[in-house]
Amino acid sequence: MRNERHDRIRNFCIIAHIDHGKSTLADRLLEITGSLTSREKTEQILDNMDLERERGITIKAQAVKMVYKEGQDEYVLNLIDTPGHVDFNYEVSRSLAACEGAVLVVDAAQGIEAQTLANVYLALEHDLEIIPVINKIDLPGARPDYVKKEIEDIIGLDASRAPLISAKTGTNTEQVLKSIVENIPAPSGDIGAPLKALVFDSFYDSYRGVIVYVRIKEGKVQIGETIKMMNTGKKFVVTELGTMCPGGLIQARELLAGEVGYIAASIKNVKDARVGDTVTLFDNPAEKPLPGYKKANPMVFCGIYPADGAKYPDLRDALEKLQLNDAALSFEPETSAALGFGFRCGFLGLLHMEIIQERIEREYDLDLVTTAPSVIYKIMKAGGEMINVDNPTNMPCAAEIEKMEEPVVRASIMAPADYVGNIMDLAQERRGIFKDMEYIEEDRVNINYELPLNEIVYDFFDALKSRTKGYASFDYEFLGYQASNLVKLDIMLNGEIVDALSFIVHSDKAYARGRRMAEKLKETIPRQQFEIPIQACIGSKIIARETVRAYRKDVLSKCYGGDITRKKKLLEKQKEGKKRMRQVGSVEVPQEAFMSVLKLDT
Amino acid sequence: MEASISIYIHIPFCMSKCLYCDFNSFSGLDNLIESYFYALEKEIIYYSFAAKGKNVKTVFIGGGTPSYVDARYMSSTLNHLKDNFKINKDAEISIESNPGTLDRIKLGEYVNAGFNRLSIGLQSTHEHLLETLGRKHRTEDFLKSVNTARQEGLQNNNVDLIFGIPGQTLSQWEDTIKYIIALNIEHISCYSLKIEKGTPFYEALGKKAIVAVSDEIDREMYHMAVKMLCENGYEHYEISNFAREGSRCMHNIAYWKCEEYIGMGAGAHSFYNNKRFNNVNNVREYILRMEKDKSPPVENILNIDFEESMSEYMIMGLRKADGISEKSFKKRFDVALFSVYEDEINKLLKKGFLQKTDKGFKLSYSGLDLANKVFIEFI
Repeated sequence: MRNERHDRIRNFCIIAHIDHGKSTLADRLLEITGSLTSREKTEQILDNMDLERERGITIKAQAVKMVYKEGQDEYVLNLIDTPGHVDFNYEVSRSLAACEGAVLVVDAAQGIEAQTLANVYLALEHDLEIIPVINKIDLPGARPDYVKKEIEDIIGLDASRAPLISAKTGTNTEQVLKSIVENIPAPSGDIGAPLKALVFDSFYDSYRGVIVYVRIKEGKVQIGETIKMMNTGKKFVVTELGTMCPGGLIQARELLAGEVGYIAASIKNVKDARVGDTVTLFDNPAEKPLPGYKKANPMVFCGIYPADGAKYPDLRDALEKLQLNDAALSFEPETSAALGFGFRCGFLGLLHMEIIQERIEREYDLDLVTTAPSVIYKIMKAGGEMINVDNPTNMPCAAEIEKMEEPVVRASIMAPADYVGNIMDLAQERRGIFKDMEYIEEDRVNINYELPLNEIVYDFFDALKSRTKGYASFDYEFLGYQASNLVKLDIMLNGEIVDALSFIVHSDKAYARGRRMAEKLKETIPRQQFEIPIQACIGSKIIARETVRAYRKDVLSKCYGGDITRKKKLLEKQKEGKKRMRQVGSVEVPQEAFMSVLKLDT
Repeated sequence: MEASISIYIHIPFCMSKCLYCDFNSFSGLDNLIESYFYALEKEIIYYSFAAKGKNVKTVFIGGGTPSYVDARYMSSTLNHLKDNFKINKDAEISIESNPGTLDRIKLGEYVNAGFNRLSIGLQSTHEHLLETLGRKHRTEDFLKSVNTARQEGLQNNNVDLIFGIPGQTLSQWEDTIKYIIALNIEHISCYSLKIEKGTPFYEALGKKAIVAVSDEIDREMYHMAVKMLCENGYEHYEISNFAREGSRCMHNIAYWKCEEYIGMGAGAHSFYNNKRFNNVNNVREYILRMEKDKSPPVENILNIDFEESMSEYMIMGLRKADGISEKSFKKRFDVALFSVYEDEINKLLKKGFLQKTDKGFKLSYSGLDLANKVFIEFI
């Protein structure tokens, strides 16, 4: 059973490299369809968070509905925006699964970038119709013909009819809408079948509970009906549903197969409405859920502590609030002798970790100290007991350990062929095992490696970028656990172990890493009243030593004319810096020290 | 007794900008000199109303290089001050200068106008170090300047010295101090070179084109200077300042005692009526706005409340060798020093950075090197 509304719906997403103009194009489409007032035009609508706007990445999926008139016909176009980073690959795949087509935006001057390709392939896997669009044709360096050929050669798409646009000036952007209507298929799906709705995002609203963004694949749903999440098994009664418009949520009576919309059902926790889950009706359930559901598994862990110990309850509040919107974030209380009370937090990956830290600092105005990221190690103790360790502090002493295993990932790195040497050097340094390499085009390769996860949680992505001038893209998936010779490396300041600086490392690399850490700490720990030895040790064996000498001078000798405020500002800054110090035993350690040792590869 | 104020006048012009200098000074603005002094006159008149009835106990014309501009500007500025303020008979009236810019005619005109103290930026007696600093004068210029100044009647003079210059050795620094002691200069300021952001020195340091002197050497230089000067009859009366008996700089003492002063000219700072404020730095803007508004282009007005004025009193006062007297503190704030800063003082006494005096507290010998650690306790 179909509905005539069906034929007039197009569900699509936009795939673009950072800076190639995704948000600008989205804004322009909203503007042409009259979905935006001119006041709203000043802001990019889709990237809602400050952080997203600054980093130029989308962290959360967003969706927006617009109505486009072509002659007599009115079309409903649902733009589903996707997050743009490997950490959120699963979320990307769920967003793509909600669409029938994708607009591929390519910069007319820069051509296709590595990161774009990964998402294009993902879209092709989901059988999406891809419409290439060449943007920024107003730039002096624009070479649309070359870029068209590139699209045809690399991706194998017919780019001969690709609209040549400038999202910035508005040139030809209406052609994009026409092309969407013409080329992207209308959704299929039987309105009479039992309800199957794909959850592609959710967020917490303090009045309505969790708002679930769904794409109705089959059937329909109405207010008052009891719905069931097929993977978590939870039941809820629909209190409100509707569509997403740029100005906010617009209520409707029902959502039908093919449509994109939201459902509110007094859901208390985002964990009960996970991205990828299938919503069905309790009374008339679908037989099988939609494919592709995965539970979020934190891969990376670190300790997060408030810089000011008194702010511990505030930090807990912040984490609880963030978790309302982010089912992938996990945390539990932990204590550190050096840092006091804090939380052990689990993340999807490094970017996820950084984003959470930044959001806590900005949105909740808390200064944080974080410990080195760790992964989950499996340890078999002498008695045969297996334990999981995600915090170096909990690692048993060497004598008690029978064997240890660490997680390994399959990493694929895509880059111009020129950088193969550099990439291989880096992967080698990080204990990578080369698997295979393929040329995806004449001068672009995809290299696969098996890499221990603990080698990439520190600064692998940064190192990769700097060694490939930013051209490499990187993706990884969990493979499994493998036996490994790991040791716990401790750092002592003035003879006392600082638990927050301990970490687990492969024994072959312990010496080099210990030495670098000691050097780095020497640079970050300021001189104090007495001399401070910095020692790196494994068990009772000292493997590196540096010394911070006692301070000798801290005085402003100059007069600065009568400019006393300048003098005071300097002193205030110094006092502020002192406040941000952590007292670790007898030593004052700046917070940067805890973070700076994570970036040793620079 | 009617409270007296101090006046600072800023002359932002220089022949060339030294490589370490981050003051509000410029070379190549000579075409603005005439209109600048015209604007200054207006500012003097403005404050003669705003600060009516105040006696002036010190005047300091600093820069920049006041001796760089024609001497008539200095005399007319000072005359203007005299016409519009009640300047005490025994007022200290200083002018800052660089050796290469002085001659007998200029110095004579300064004396005639009423200046009674000359401050000379010598910095070092070694040609290669002067070159490192980007200074344009030579040691013999300096000697000539001092002799001529004395002949013209300037008998209470200061010399600015810098130590910790990249490449400077301890023995070179020793030479410089010996040289100054031999000349029997009345007042000596010894500043440790601080490489400030935004200066060519800062960039050179970043590119490793120069190497900063280590804290250890810097302190050896400092303590060498303190020892030599004290053994030769100078009083070490402030962290960086030394004077023959009766030659302390009254103008700077006013700063350290948190007394009132009015700063005039581009970027000049004032402390008046419990407010700190300054004029805009930009020389053109200063001139234009002075002309247009007939009032100084003031910005960054800060009200110094009771708490803050006690804090300033401590951090400025402890710079003096005499330190803080409990009696003066009580007199000024009508509250006992100990009742306000008991914890801080005890902590610093325990650390050995402060020591007791008959009248109150002062920096200990080791506290001189770590004064900021003391000051931040009072912030």
